[in-house]
Amino acid sequence: MTRLRIPVVPGAVLLLAVACGFALFGSAARAQQEQAQQEQAQSTRNFHNALAKAPEKARAMHSQVETEPDAAAAGGKLFDLHCAECHGKKAAGTRRGPSLLGLEMQQAPPGAIFWVLTNGVVRHGMPVWSKLPEPQRWQLVAFLQSLRSPGRQPPPGSAGEQ
Amino acid sequence: MNETRYAVRHTVASLLHLRFAALLLAALAPLLAPSPAHAQESPYIVTYDHYLEEPGSLEVEYYSTLGTQRGGNAFHSFWAEFEYGVKAWWTTEFYLDGQTTFNQSTVFTGFRWENRLRPLAREHLVNPILYIEYEHTKASDKILKEVEGHDVEADYAVPNSVSNRDQDHELEFKLLLSSQVKGWNIALNPLFVKNLSPSEPWEFGYALGLSRPLGLKASPQRCNFCPENFIAGVEMYGGLGDSRSPGLNQTSHYLAPVLAWNLPSGWTLRLSPGFGLNDTSHQFLLRWGVSREFAGFGAAVRRLFGASR
Repeated sequence: MTRLRIPVVPGAVLLLAVACGFALFGSAARAQQEQAQQEQAQSTRNFHNALAKAPEKARAMHSQVETEPDAAAAGGKLFDLHCAECHGKKAAGTRRGPSLLGLEMQQAPPGAIFWVLTNGVVRHGMPVWSKLPEPQRWQLVAFLQSLRSPGRQPPPGSAGEQ
Repeated sequence: MNETRYAVRHTVASLLHLRFAALLLAALAPLLAPSPAHAQESPYIVTYDHYLEEPGSLEVEYYSTLGTQRGGNAFHSFWAEFEYGVKAWWTTEFYLDGQTTFNQSTVFTGFRWENRLRPLAREHLVNPILYIEYEHTKASDKILKEVEGHDVEADYAVPNSVSNRDQDHELEFKLLLSSQVKGWNIALNPLFVKNLSPSEPWEFGYALGLSRPLGLKASPQRCNFCPENFIAGVEMYGGLGDSRSPGLNQTSHYLAPVLAWNLPSGWTLRLSPGFGLNDTSHQFLLRWGVSREFAGFGAAVRRLFGASR
């Protein structure tokens, strides 16, 4: 009768190699995740700094579409087309752009949001959006404000609903 | 009749040749970056405004120009552009040019590499962009994207068999000045070109543009035919002589209405009939273009090489 010989040494080496592989893969994935979180936190800080830098004159500006009931819905469409790629479909942020649902954003006057949209945060990756006519930028502001009002639902079919 | 058939055959062949690269990339791009972006593209074909490509986005563009030619054969020139937003303040663009001269031949005429840099962080009444381009093109190039120096219609009458032998290496500098006022875009681009051959003088040119969307407010529904999707305008461009003989003598100038249609699917169509303003200009240029922007292209490429989302 022949006895089954278990190749102990090669088996152990193989197990060790697999374990090392998992450990390395896990630590690389963790490092990437941490890096992504750091990047998002940094972009959020940059965005809030930009909001805080909006001049008084800009902060005092009033929306051109304040009284228009469709403004937030139109802004939602614009958000889907121009902003969702970086800020996420729910405006909750991605690695490329910060969340627009934070406290600083909620407390910012509409004029400050409009100012950041117009001027971008060019040195930190956000392009200027003055190519959108002023009324469209105000429609975007109306949409972003609708995200923070608990009583108001995002318009049907807009980014905020997804 | 035969001539028409020949022209049509050559046009189709030339389109197939040069569009191959554009179509290949256009076909690959959705695999890499499945989200087309709607970028409110300007209608200009020659003039530049101060808006750069969004960072990480790739725009693939194809343009055609059909031109009449006195003292020679009419032509169809065409070019592909691959425009990438490296940073919010830096856009780089690669061009491939070609042309078909009817009853002659279809030729590849060279490439260009352009960079646009935004020096100011914020918007101002007038926004400057620095533009630098290296051109490696043949004398047979007829895209007429830049009209400079003493370029005149007669230069383009030289047969392809002759002009295709001359190779130009040029550096081109532009100062792109652009302003956005009440929905109107006003752009002015002075142009300075230096052929890298030491004996060649500096050449000068200009482009001016004015445009406005047909609707300033967005409608709440996603729609193809909403007025805000259309941007209409006009551009004017021409040469201003060179450092040896500056001025308007022996220069050509064009006036061209422009129209862009930005579709929500991410496609943009442009149309521009151009009219020569003096006897040394081509009488008529019909230009059209189609482009599509792919947002997140850079991130998709990085993911292919192992970066996390």
